[in-house]
Amino acid sequence: MKRRTLLAGSAALAATATPLVASIPAEAAGPTKIVLWHAMTALLADSLNTLCTRFNAAQTAYVVTPVYKGGYPDVMTATIAAFRAGQAPHIAQIFEVGTGSMLAAGKAIKEVWQLSKETGVKLDPKNYIPSVRGYYGLADGRMAGMPFNSSTAVMWYSKDAFEKAGLDPEKPPATWPEVVAAARAIKEKNAADIPMITSWPSWIQFEQYSALHNIPFASEADGFDGLGAKLEVNSKAHVKHVQRLLDMSKEGTFKYAGRDNIPDPLLVGGKAGIAFNSSGMRGDLTKSAKFKWGEAYLPYDPAIIKTPLNSIIGGAALWSMTAPHRTEAEYKGVAEFFAFLAQPQNDAFWHQKTGYVPVTLAGFAESQKDGFYKANPGADLPVKQLERGHVTKYSRGLRLGRLPEIRNIIEEELEKALQGQQNAQTAMDNAVERSNKVLRAFQRAVKA
Amino acid sequence: MERRTLFQGWKLPVALVLPQLLLTFVFFLWPAGQAVWYSMTQQDPFGLGSVFVGLSNFRELFADPLYVHTILRTLVFCFAVSALAMTVALALALVANRELRGRAIYRTLLIWPYAVAPAMAAILWLFMLDPEIGLLGHPLVKAGLPWDYHVSGLDAQFLVVLASSWKQISYNFIFFLAGLQSIPQSVIEAARMDGARGWRRLRTIILPLLSPTMFFLLVVNLVYAAFDTFGTIWALTEGGPGKATETLVIKVYRDGMINQDIGGSSAQSVVLMLGVIAITAVQFRFMGRRTKT
Repeated sequence: MKRRTLLAGSAALAATATPLVASIPAEAAGPTKIVLWHAMTALLADSLNTLCTRFNAAQTAYVVTPVYKGGYPDVMTATIAAFRAGQAPHIAQIFEVGTGSMLAAGKAIKEVWQLSKETGVKLDPKNYIPSVRGYYGLADGRMAGMPFNSSTAVMWYSKDAFEKAGLDPEKPPATWPEVVAAARAIKEKNAADIPMITSWPSWIQFEQYSALHNIPFASEADGFDGLGAKLEVNSKAHVKHVQRLLDMSKEGTFKYAGRDNIPDPLLVGGKAGIAFNSSGMRGDLTKSAKFKWGEAYLPYDPAIIKTPLNSIIGGAALWSMTAPHRTEAEYKGVAEFFAFLAQPQNDAFWHQKTGYVPVTLAGFAESQKDGFYKANPGADLPVKQLERGHVTKYSRGLRLGRLPEIRNIIEEELEKALQGQQNAQTAMDNAVERSNKVLRAFQRAVKA
Repeated sequence: MERRTLFQGWKLPVALVLPQLLLTFVFFLWPAGQAVWYSMTQQDPFGLGSVFVGLSNFRELFADPLYVHTILRTLVFCFAVSALAMTVALALALVANRELRGRAIYRTLLIWPYAVAPAMAAILWLFMLDPEIGLLGHPLVKAGLPWDYHVSGLDAQFLVVLASSWKQISYNFIFFLAGLQSIPQSVIEAARMDGARGWRRLRTIILPLLSPTMFFLLVVNLVYAAFDTFGTIWALTEGGPGKATETLVIKVYRDGMINQDIGGSSAQSVVLMLGVIAITAVQFRFMGRRTKT
């Protein structure tokens, strides 16, 4: 009993305190070894392994070894712990919400522009799709993280449900009022179990929503201009949207089905008429969905903006990590690998195999040229949504520290509002107040 | 009677104790010490800068009403899980202790859930009770029962208590059964001859004789509910909706692993550690007294 208690206690402590000691293969003669820590599973891992194998076969100077380290938060935690132990991998795949923390990591990382300058390997920002590189870049356009697997949010819908509800399955709703009307029709005709759901509530209903409508998610240009950013999701436009979701939930046209990707099975199982989710669901839908589905642009509110801007990305980027005694050859290998990934055929391969969007303009052109979109109609919709309009300071992405925590806070407060504990304005005020505390703590910690 | 083995010199005893001491140091004292140190610093995730801030992490923690709510919620959760798991296990043990056909099978089946990994237990419950895809949950919702743990905090709390208790029932069952079997048959028969039956016999004879087992199980269950339910809760609700199912361990994990707030999370760990020390001290005291009498 005593041992049990102690173990339980020390386990809780170990969860935060013990650095996970990472082992990296010792230097040996022959090609320079580059270790890449990633969070890709199944088909995604296979595709990444293929890219690494091709890189290793294409030259003899470097060998890239991909290592699966668990989910995104696990990779980030492991990378941080490894860095603290002086054993950081050469490359770490860090999810988009970790970008703010990575950029504050100072000498732990080598930003892409710096890597390019020091190694002489050309990594030109102009090759990358603006809304992709913007998310991982500095305010002045220089690249910091290397864009890799990127998706964006879209609106999936069931053509079967639309038909049953008397809606045109080839003409999905484009604006929020149209979405509300469609959801009502679906409910009235009982055309689907649930008229509307959303995965990733904060990413899609707040972060994407802000970008699309060119309204600030946070001050300081969504955090790009400084660590002093404050959240601004309690603005009139945001509260209006929350109110819309609350109203829809009340009348039974919207169903809150959980955080992150928890609602995904409802989409794939064909339970929902309209489902907001990542564009990366295409693979799953193609493989498993037993209903006719369609993909559409995220809806916008015409009372706020006439023509919506680009959506922002999700997914992850590759970061070049530093470690004591890391050689120039090793950094050069990292840069060469980054350059290799950006080659059109490799970028197109990754895009077509996985369902992530191409990150380079040439990769997109390559996929158009080889007839991929003819064979898979609609697969270019996410890219078009990312590319439309011009990137403004509010549609470039978010640059906030501890963003995962802020997402969590927003979702908690939204859930409390859905439970009827508070109204839309109070929910968003609370979310802002709590998030600002987190942002200030981050600011203090970074300056420490 | 006291037994004592005497060693010549000090080298052999030290050599014999050393592995244990080393293990304790490496796996308990060292990380614990580090957590205590971190809890008094403020540092960025990468450890590039670290400032000693004394007790300010603790002050901030207890000034946060959300943290105090989490403590209270954890207490309620622990007692709810312990009460449910122990009551059901006792009832099952009482039945299993009778002369039953196929008693061995019945007992074996009851022990199975203990072998199920926490996250798997959560998934099993999810498949049963999810309002949209659950075998049981979906028909109930269709029949008009307002059940949705994705939105209702109460439903979510009910679910995590249910799933967590279920895992612990087997463990309690084994101990209760052993406890029941160690009650001398003569005592039970004497009670029977005095005319004590059913509930009366349970209340006046069996329960008092089981009380050492019950106290032991209560402590084990409380500790289980406080620490070992992480996998179940995380897989079911991740602490939501709102903060309805966020226990202290969930918060430590969230703040430390996901939010990378090393100082704050370490401070929480230290608070947890004090809690464990307190529980253990109480248990030693009471258990020690019981074995003496």
